[in-house]
Amino acid sequence: MSKQVPLVDYLVLDGDSPHLVAHECVTCGARYFDRRNACASCEGTEFRGVDVPTEGELRAFTIVSFAAPGIPVPFVAGIVDCGGTSVRGNVVNIPPDPQHVRLGLKVRLTTTSLGTDASGVEAVGFGFEPVS
Amino acid sequence: MTQSVWILGIHMTRFGKHPTLDTVDLGSEAARGALRDAGLTMKDVGVLAAGNLMGSPGFGQALQKQIGQTGIPVYNVTNACATGATAVRVASMAIKAEETDVGLAVGVEKLSGMGLLAGGTSAGDTDTWRPSGRFGAVAPLDGRIGTETMPGVFAQIGMEYGHRYGGTSFELFARISEKNHAHSTLNPLAAYQKRFTLDEIMNDVMISYPNTRPMCSANCDGAAAAVIISERKLRTLSLEQQRRAVKISASVLTSDPWQEACQVLPDVNTLTRLAADQAYEQAGVGPEDLDLVELHDCFATAELVHYDNLRLCAEGGAVDFFNSGATWRDGKTPVNVSGGLESKGHPVSATGIANLWEITTHLRGEAGDRQLDGARVGLAHVIGLGSACGVHILEKAGV
Repeated sequence: MSKQVPLVDYLVLDGDSPHLVAHECVTCGARYFDRRNACASCEGTEFRGVDVPTEGELRAFTIVSFAAPGIPVPFVAGIVDCGGTSVRGNVVNIPPDPQHVRLGLKVRLTTTSLGTDASGVEAVGFGFEPVS
Repeated sequence: MTQSVWILGIHMTRFGKHPTLDTVDLGSEAARGALRDAGLTMKDVGVLAAGNLMGSPGFGQALQKQIGQTGIPVYNVTNACATGATAVRVASMAIKAEETDVGLAVGVEKLSGMGLLAGGTSAGDTDTWRPSGRFGAVAPLDGRIGTETMPGVFAQIGMEYGHRYGGTSFELFARISEKNHAHSTLNPLAAYQKRFTLDEIMNDVMISYPNTRPMCSANCDGAAAAVIISERKLRTLSLEQQRRAVKISASVLTSDPWQEACQVLPDVNTLTRLAADQAYEQAGVGPEDLDLVELHDCFATAELVHYDNLRLCAEGGAVDFFNSGATWRDGKTPVNVSGGLESKGHPVSATGIANLWEITTHLRGEAGDRQLDGARVGLAHVIGLGSACGVHILEKAGV
């Protein structure tokens, strides 16, 4: 099996159960996806890794038709409420039009291949697809 | 008690294409126009706050070299789309702190012909996946994990409001744009002064659903400047100068306090609500007292949420408020009678002073064909992503 790397370090590929991991402030529970210096909510400096639920509801979206050169359009960008943790991601495996993409849509995490590099390593990203 | 602060002179250039004028030319036109309007010269000014994002660093000093080098302190300020409002805040704070009696705030931008101002800016793809940055990303994230473009970010902000409260649709957002373009036909300084039908707006080029091209702010060139003065100094000037002066009853700048999701999708709501509440308290007026509002309609989807954030309607009531006709120029609370950023244009650093110019012009009764009769109180709002929110409330002089 070829080697894989995640698009971002908060995506854990983990065989058959890929998921996202957030940095949770142990003091106040605020969650973040980036490398932290301190908690923006309470100034705490201790964090623990927590698994983010892989299913959620589409809380906001846009269908991007115009983007920087090299970015394939149209695509659906959205914000998914994963059990109380908001996640930014693309909505995939759905026609990119407002007849199909709806606010409140139930979605689940899925992975997408970004291709392989010169040494044969595959980069894997994530998106959200309709639950059924 | 600290003394009150007034706008004595103010000027806005025509917004649009100025191919033969550079940033300093436009800034000079605005600054000299504001000084002329005030009846003062650079020799009277004790502090200069200069806003510009896209030009060379040290814009304030470059401007002085054209309009007057008097040795006063210059503050070069940047705060995204709130840069102009921040410049006004800086001049206003210097006066309140009694460091000087007169300040000049200038904002300029040259954006004609520029496309998207954000997005796709990360490093390009390489032939080896190598993690970098705060997310350990092996490739640029714009387009792979959502969108970084402004039309896309603000589209989601409007859609999120719809998800929370209901009632939004592509057509509703397009009708907000229809209003602002209709208003712009009365503004000779607007970059675009064309009325669009609803069909034309909805069938124009889609940028980021539900924002089509005319629903996005117009990139253009422009500048605006204001001479700010202490009440003490104002009372030494002529009655005519005092009559045309406009009181800054509130001047507020906020950044976004932490909220769940604010680092995932910018939260433009909480800091605007904070700024509005502080401004109403400072000024001792309420939303029902406002005769006009110039708010930050960088996209049609943004205008809707700010009706609510600025407390112009009940919480969750922005759709009904718009549908009632309240925000048209003949409505209860006229919003963006200048045409707004969608048609007047959005030369970023000028915007937060240009909206004060619009309000001042109405309060002085000098707005010509688009004058709102009897206007006495107005509110100007800008938001820069990141975020910074500026809210000013202006009142007509009682002299």
